[in-house]
Amino acid sequence: MSTTMNASSMPGRPKDMKASAALGARRRRVDLIIRAACFIATAIGLLFLVSILGTLFWNGFSALSLNVFTDITRPPGSNGGLLNAIIGSLIQTAIGTAIGTPIGLLVGTYLAEYAKSTPLAHAVRFVSDILLSAPSILIGLFVYQILVVPFGGFSGWAGSVALAIIVIPIVIRTTEDMLRLLPDTLREAVIGLGAPKWKMITLICWRAAASGIVTGILLAVARVAGETAPLLFTSLGNLNWSLSLSAPMSSLPLTIYAYAGSPYQDWIALAWAGALIITLGVLGLNIAARSLLRK
Amino acid sequence: MSQAATLNAAAQPAPFARRSGSLGDVIFAAACRGAGIFVLVLLGAIIAGLFIGGWDAFRTFGPAFVTGTDWDPVQEVFGAGVSIYGTVVTAVLALIMAVPVAFGIAFFLTELAPVWLRRPVGTAVELLAAVPSIIYGMWGFFLIVPFMSQTFQPFVIDTFGELPLVGELFAGPPFGTGIFTASLILAIMVLPFIAAVMRDVFNTVPPVFKESAYGLGCTTWEVVRNVVLPYTRVSVVGGIMLGLGRALGETMAVTFVIGNANRISTSLFGPGNTIASVVALEFGEATMGSLKLSALLGLGFILFVISFIVLSLSRFLLRQKVAK
Repeated sequence: MSTTMNASSMPGRPKDMKASAALGARRRRVDLIIRAACFIATAIGLLFLVSILGTLFWNGFSALSLNVFTDITRPPGSNGGLLNAIIGSLIQTAIGTAIGTPIGLLVGTYLAEYAKSTPLAHAVRFVSDILLSAPSILIGLFVYQILVVPFGGFSGWAGSVALAIIVIPIVIRTTEDMLRLLPDTLREAVIGLGAPKWKMITLICWRAAASGIVTGILLAVARVAGETAPLLFTSLGNLNWSLSLSAPMSSLPLTIYAYAGSPYQDWIALAWAGALIITLGVLGLNIAARSLLRK
Repeated sequence: MSQAATLNAAAQPAPFARRSGSLGDVIFAAACRGAGIFVLVLLGAIIAGLFIGGWDAFRTFGPAFVTGTDWDPVQEVFGAGVSIYGTVVTAVLALIMAVPVAFGIAFFLTELAPVWLRRPVGTAVELLAAVPSIIYGMWGFFLIVPFMSQTFQPFVIDTFGELPLVGELFAGPPFGTGIFTASLILAIMVLPFIAAVMRDVFNTVPPVFKESAYGLGCTTWEVVRNVVLPYTRVSVVGGIMLGLGRALGETMAVTFVIGNANRISTSLFGPGNTIASVVALEFGEATMGSLKLSALLGLGFILFVISFIVLSLSRFLLRQKVAK
């Protein structure tokens, strides 16, 4: 590698043509090897995706039946389904998104339209970035501390709040980025018409940035729909049919976790079916979000 | 805001409209500001909540809580040493495996791939980041672990197991689970994050710089080596740190494949644990108010501190590029 560097930084023209031809061949060879290695690296990356999807389809499709969507989880050997897990996931994801989105939207607006580059804005941006990448299991522990212990038990509410905390930084990031893309002339035009600032933001800026903001929300939904760790200590999971938000609530990732580690073949098959459902849902949302943004 | 106010003040004839407008402004601005402050408070509350929760354990064991290697729920002796070790080792090993591949992907996507191929391949890599971690856990448990125990590990043990020193790294039976397998899964999980950051920062290099180097007769690799990498060095490290931050706190996938034993083994194939996996597995057995629960929350606090440092560093390094 060091010879390559010398070759490229060597000043003047080489005196010996033969040597320079050999050097050139060597540089081209190194270049070729590294290009090939990068090709292989990309192929490896794609191979993992293909392998994961292939495994899911292979194991998940055979286990997928109408029963999975119409029956609730049952003891091993009695041909149960995943209905309560799917409903539980939908409920908690919906409530989590409903709580987290307005907060994230307001914070993103604050950063883009009000605070911009004040010290407070920098602090909020920093904290939001930390929350974005912080281990999600810690958010579960935190919600356990503030909602499970004081209110005496695991609950769907606690799970939803844990998911909401994960939604907030994702929505903040996309909202701020999207609002910043809007031209200031747009804002000046609205203010020039005599509209107050809050109307400018809610009626014009949010609307102009709507597709980007919705993309952020979709990505947030996709992220929390597959989250397991924050639900372990908050909604706990529930093998019975329950729609009560103040009782432990089932969810798809938690059921997959419980079933995949079990010794029962039919439970493992159900876990694969659940894994296929959740992965298709999450990847579908991601692709939808991306195509929305591209429009 | 002040701009709006002056404009409104000039429009004297409509006092009612102005008053409702400015009231709306005050309320809306306060709501936005309040939400911003709420986020600050939230992070503070998470740190404080974990610290207060772990206080019992910190007080009981003192510094030994961090350095101790015993984790014995029966004797009520708790030390985080082994899980801190496991967390750091798996994350660092994951980076060692992921960074070259991520670099290769970023290099491919910015310099080598034909333009029509960049978007689909880039999207595919980003989808890898979207796959939920529990899916990685299942995939690793049912596909990678058998492959490890039946093919890869016996081969490596037969080949290198007899060598002095190096053999120590591969000692022990081929369980399939363990530190190495966990690191491999983590590597695949952080790969798309690092690759995405690298691709984005590689794209910030002004084309003129690259063109000048090409004009001098540099090969593609020489351009990347001598122009792109020096220009983006700081941000590349920032991206790697971001990957490290993600790897440290990963829970579900690791829990499936690490083997879950509270000991420090010199063998890469030996079982171990990480902070996140211990918390996930042992939480169910901890009753409210017990010392064990406090120890688990204390572990969470330690993990938070480590992640916080790594993520702050990552952000600092990535921001320098933006500020330039």
